[in-house]
Amino acid sequence: MIKFENVGKKYPNGYEGLKNVNLDIEQGEFIAIIGLSGAGKSTLIRTINRMHDITSGDLTVDDVNVMSLSGKALRRFRRKIGMIFQSFNLITRTTVIKNVLTAFVPDMPWYRSTFGIYTKEEKLKALEALDKVGILDKAFFRADQLSGGQQQRVALARTLAQNPQIILADEPVASLDPVTAKQVMDDFKRINKTMNITILINIHHVDLALQYCTRVIGIRAGEIVYDGPASAVNDDVLKQIYQGGQEETA
Amino acid sequence: MSLIQIVGELLKGLGVSVEIFFLTLVFSLPLGLVVALGRMSKNKGINTLTKIYISIMRGTPLMLQLFVVYYGPYYLFHMKLSPTYRNSAVYIGFIINYAAYFAEIYRSGIQSMPVGQYEAAEILGYSRSQCFLRIILPQVIKRILPSITNEVITLVKDTSLAFSISVMEMFTKAKALSSSQTSMTPLIVAGIFYYVFNFVVAIAMERVEKSMDYYK
Repeated sequence: MIKFENVGKKYPNGYEGLKNVNLDIEQGEFIAIIGLSGAGKSTLIRTINRMHDITSGDLTVDDVNVMSLSGKALRRFRRKIGMIFQSFNLITRTTVIKNVLTAFVPDMPWYRSTFGIYTKEEKLKALEALDKVGILDKAFFRADQLSGGQQQRVALARTLAQNPQIILADEPVASLDPVTAKQVMDDFKRINKTMNITILINIHHVDLALQYCTRVIGIRAGEIVYDGPASAVNDDVLKQIYQGGQEETA
Repeated sequence: MSLIQIVGELLKGLGVSVEIFFLTLVFSLPLGLVVALGRMSKNKGINTLTKIYISIMRGTPLMLQLFVVYYGPYYLFHMKLSPTYRNSAVYIGFIINYAAYFAEIYRSGIQSMPVGQYEAAEILGYSRSQCFLRIILPQVIKRILPSITNEVITLVKDTSLAFSISVMEMFTKAKALSSSQTSMTPLIVAGIFYYVFNFVVAIAMERVEKSMDYYK
């Protein structure tokens, strides 16, 4: 469970990235975070695994105060939170399977990671993760030979290999075409349903958000302006979230 | 003096050149990485120091640096050094000079890595050193290999600068033979040797590059 209590984030230059955020997120929820660029979607998502620090309030994940963590404890904490990026962040010049295997390195003794010696069990786990996202046949291709959607699936498999309880996705489909975007969203949905992994997803495509997610969080200028079921999102709500913006809402 | 004898003499010199070449690479490649890390350090002192070091090494002639390393200890501190110091001076001069060049190549490679690579490693729970050694450095090496090859080829030719402090490497020998025999032959043979040396280096580096560019 993720709990935000009066969370704020103020940058050193005085800019407030997040203001008085209160959220309760249960295990297994599938949440879309929508809002304009610069509204604080990424900031919000990145506070959960402490890629960003918060400056006020309390943020707890499974009753652990995120801000109290550092060093080894923080790294161990991050092991159970997966993250997906818009630009995939794969090691492009090596194989798909090796990309997935990188998920195991933090838990491996140094002499094995130095020479890239993986156990049979680890290799099987990696292949299993690739199978879960439907690209097992691409295991020995170079990552940069795959299409965008396939690369995002490799990233998803890498995240699954670390056995996360939560997956944070920062604009995972923003650079994909509509059809591929749907396929990747289907993957998220399936993972959410079958493995009961909490998924938080930052997304610009409101239609995809409403179609796939059960809960929607709308954020504007660092403040939560909507938090409720996807089914209750109507034009008024969207107007409120995207008010004053020039950006496309769909 | 027959051609065979000239070749024999030059081959002895080539041995010394090869020695300078390998010792320089073995020490300056890791040293360059350390210097690059210093150059990118957030610590102002280390940062400035390495910046000055690189600036001097790149801004002054290698030949002059060899003189400073060889004669400096005597002129500056009146240290009496054994004649074998001559060879060490060459090694030291080459290593510290080439480390500076390699440092800048490493730096360009490291700084060209996208932030996402660090982020992805961080969210997978990598420590900073794991991230650098397992994710960043292997990719950097692949990326900078062509620039490294360039420097390595220059190094082969630069070994002839050891001539300036009379180390008996191939060029020194060729020059001496050419004078004593009043003939161009030793110089031409030396030229061929340098060319072949570099040809081998280029092929070897190409192999290394290919071996790292797998699965394509």
